[in-house]
Formats: sequence, structure tokens, C-alpha cells
Amino acid sequence: MSDNDQQLRVSKIRNGTVLDHIAGGQALNVLAILGIDGTSGDSVSVAMNMPSDRLGHKDVVKVEGRELSQDEVDVLSLIAPAATINIIRDYDVIEKRRVERPSVVEGVLECPNHNCITTEDEPVDSRFAVGDDGVRCEYCDTIIRDDLPAHILAE
Amino acid sequence: MRHDHIISAKQLSRGDIETVLDRAADIAADPGAFADRHSDTLLGLLFFEPSTRTKMSFTTAMKRLGGDIVDMGSVESSSVKKGESLADTVRVVEGYTDALVLRHPMEGSAKMASEFVDVPLVNAGDGAGQHPTQTLLDLYTIRENAGFDDLTIGIMGDLKYGRTVHSLAHALTTVDASQHFISPESLQLPRSVRYDLHEAGAGVREHTELDEILPELDVLYVTRIQAERFPDESEYREVAGQYQIDAATLEAAKDDLTVMHPLPRVDEIAHDVDETTHAQYFQQAHNGVPVRMALLDLMLGGGQ
Ligand SMILES: [Zn+2]
Repeated sequence: MSDNDQQLRVSKIRNGTVLDHIAGGQALNVLAILGIDGTSGDSVSVAMNMPSDRLGHKDVVKVEGRELSQDEVDVLSLIAPAATINIIRDYDVIEKRRVERPSVVEGVLECPNHNCITTEDEPVDSRFAVGDDGVRCEYCDTIIRDDLPAHILAE
Repeated sequence: MRHDHIISAKQLSRGDIETVLDRAADIAADPGAFADRHSDTLLGLLFFEPSTRTKMSFTTAMKRLGGDIVDMGSVESSSVKKGESLADTVRVVEGYTDALVLRHPMEGSAKMASEFVDVPLVNAGDGAGQHPTQTLLDLYTIRENAGFDDLTIGIMGDLKYGRTVHSLAHALTTVDASQHFISPESLQLPRSVRYDLHEAGAGVREHTELDEILPELDVLYVTRIQAERFPDESEYREVAGQYQIDAATLEAAKDDLTVMHPLPRVDEIAHDVDETTHAQYFQQAHNGVPVRMALLDLMLGGGQ
């Protein structure tokens, strides 16, 4: 069964964004990174661990009523590098994109160093430089290599 | 040199470093020539944790350039106590002064503060992070005593937590020094520093014993191993004891070995070393004044 057939299991959306080919099990982290928690009232559907030819298992997230920008989706490269983004208008895919690894991510991750100034009540967002095998806090130089989702900032 | 703020020694190129050290050498050779150079300059000192020595050194440097200082005083007596953010504090104080010196217990504080001010800001230590003026005075001392050509240096002691060491090791990559790190296994260089050194193309050679490498060294930089890094007192005594030097230890060294230490020391360098020609740590501390004068002079537009 192809990925396309599987996708039909999740209801189609009229306008918004479909995030496909998310690594299996990462859908909730994807929502957390994007700051989507359902409180805005838009409908969000999540399908987890769908069979996928490419990934074995994949997650799919559909966000009704919101078109995600390239900058917004690029942060997903940290946890879902294979993700594809379809922008939907009136049930049609009007644009297909891939996530690209950004050089810097701001306000997305929390620095694990509790003595880092970005963890204090200061008017500054966390900022991490993205490297080949991890991210590095631009303020205190702490490197995060493993388990990035555990460091996603709670909104 | 063109830097508005001095946050980390990492931002300094070899050229920048040489510019500061050359200026410091000019100042040391003829301090009188610089005495009125910044007579209408006010330097703001923001010390969020006590560091009397560093504060005195900056104060001396500014006054010897003809300027003056404005001191926030201790945190207990300031509005910080009332919960003001660092970003607010620096934005207020920059209006009083021509440049700022910040010492703060949290990593990244100086970088963040610099993003909120237009006057030049010097990091005088941010937690376990950076302390670039210490690095510059270390480099000055090394250059004066051993030179940068074909330099072989050993850095010994607490390499895990010692920020002085991290910053110096990184700066030494710009002069292609051959670096040896001597410490107990539990206090070796942290991952991020090792990564940086590799990125900078430096070979990191680690030793657990000084004997292996002492005869090859031009400079031995000793740091303090603190008791609180160990689970109990007896383990600390046993480990720290292996990284103490005395005059007898240095008999195996080159005659012109330079011994340095950021001070204060406790017992990692015995007092009998003070009498040898190797000892440069007091001169190293004195060098903080011309080096900080040079840095302030360059930052405040004395570049011509
Ligand atoms: Zn940090």
C-alpha cells in the first residue's frame, strides 16, 4: 500500500498544511515545536505510526486554516529531517516543500545549562547554532547532541 | 581591531590578539605617554559577583589612562536585589558611562547584555563561561617570556571546570601552539572545548602525569584543583597532591621554562618555586593592567 493511500485515512483538509513523512512517533514533538496546542480552535489531525515505504513508520499531521512558512517548518529538520510539507488551498496541494536545515534556531529549544542566562527571566530568546551533529547554545556554548525533543521549550 | 564588545577570546583573530599585545607592550614601555589619553572617559563597573582583583585591575587601567570609573557597588545594595533584569540594568547604566565592564555569575550574560547596549562592553567573566581579558594577559605573558614561535605549552590542573583554561587553549590555536593537557581523568577537558579545539585544527594531547611531558615544555600553566570537585576530602588530597609542583619537580624542566598561574594559588605551586627564574605568576597578574589599558584604549578609539 502506498503512502498516498494511507494518507486518505486521515480526513482531508480544505485549507492549511499537511506535514507528511514525519519520523514515526515524533508528531507530538512536531506540534510542540510549531507551538500548535489546539487552543486556537483550528482543527488538527494527527496520525501516528502509519506504514511508510520510505520510513517504515511515519506520522502525519494536518493543520486546518494555517499555512506554515518555510522558516517555521525548517526547525522541524531537527527532529523530522525527512518531513514533507504540502500547503493546501481548497483541497488542492498548491505548494510542496521540504524542510531545510536552518543555521540557527531561535526560541525553540531550552538550554539544558541551568546557569545559562537564557533560562532566566530576561527579554531574550534561546538561540542555537545548528551544526552537523548537534546544536550549540550561542550564549553559553552548551552542545545538545542527543534527544533534542526533550529540550523543546514549553510554551 | 574592530570590535564593539569584547565577549569571548574566541572572537579575536591572531591579528586582533597581536594588536592588543603590541599596544600593551607600548604602554608597559612608556606608561606616561598614555596617561592623559582618555581623560574624559567614564568606565562603568558592573560586578554582580565579587572579584576584587579583576575590579581593581580594570579600575587601575582606566585611571592610568586618565579616565575614571563608576561602580555599581555590590548586588545587595542595588536594584538588582529588587528583581531588575540584567537587560534593564545595563540599559540604564550605559547612559551614565562611555563603556561597561560586566562580571556576572551566569554563562552568556555578557553576550546578552551586549545586545542591549550601544557603548562598548567588556566581559570580565560570565559564570563558567568566558573571561577574555584574563586570556589576553595570559597570552601577553606567554609572548613576553617564551614567544609564540614553536611554542610548547602544558596546561595542568582542573581542565574540566577551569574557564581560564578553555579560553586560553582556544586562543593558543591561533598561534599554532603545541598544547598538552595534564589532569586527573575526572577533570579532563569537557566535550565542547575538545570539539572546538579539534575544529580549530589543534591536536589535543592529554596526560595524567606531568613527568611525561615536562622536559619538552616552554610554558607550564598551573591551575587550582578545588576540593568541591571530589566526593570526599581524602580523595581530593590524594588526587590534587599529584598535580602540585615544587622547585625539585622543576629540575627536570628546561632552564627557561616559564611557570604561570592565574592566582590565587593554594598549594599547587610550592613557595620555593617563587625563588626560581621559572616563576612568572606575579608578573602575569601585573600584566593585567597594561593589557586592560590596551584593550580599553583600542575600544575607546585609540586605534590610530
Ligand atoms: Zn545556554
